[in-house]
Amino acid sequence: MDEKCGGIDIFVGTVRRWNKGKEVTHLFFEAYVAMAIREMEKIALAAIEKYGIEKISIHHRTGQVELEGIAVIIAASSKHRKAAFEACSYAIDTLKNEVPIWKKEFLVDGSYWVNSRP
Amino acid sequence: MKVLCFGVAKEIVGSSELILDKDKSLTVRELKAYLNTTYPKFLEYKSYVVAINQAYADDELSVSPGDEIAIIPPVSGG
Repeated sequence: MDEKCGGIDIFVGTVRRWNKGKEVTHLFFEAYVAMAIREMEKIALAAIEKYGIEKISIHHRTGQVELEGIAVIIAASSKHRKAAFEACSYAIDTLKNEVPIWKKEFLVDGSYWVNSRP
Repeated sequence: MKVLCFGVAKEIVGSSELILDKDKSLTVRELKAYLNTTYPKFLEYKSYVVAINQAYADDELSVSPGDEIAIIPPVSGG
């Protein structure tokens, strides 16, 4: 909390049971940790600069995450709510494109690395 | 020259680390060509990017044996 801030937006990414019509049992996340942290810091700094927010915090799990488990949490605080919403949205969208983290989806009948096949 | 492998690349190569007998530098393009011929399975997957010293590198950049090199398949965090 911060007396300068009027709002905090929190995005929580969780594991769904169904994806593209297939039943998921759990997910597994692998990270190139050192580089992932660098890229996440870049995103945080860019979000502060772009949206003028006060603070931002980005967390991502590695290893196995069960159904309904939390894989990622992003929180942003700002004077007015709009900036906090936009910063969180920007941060998760950019994280999905830039941060060297990989998701293996385990299904009832097999598993695959998401976004790996053409 | 040591190359870190993640995600599907780790399974294609069969290890999280690959030691290549390269003692002088080469471009990322040349490194990719070597990897794709040595491990043709890469061609069945979306193309990967190479990171040098924890930063994404384009094909013309040169890679030296002392660098921290990593194969970065398309990411899927979040």
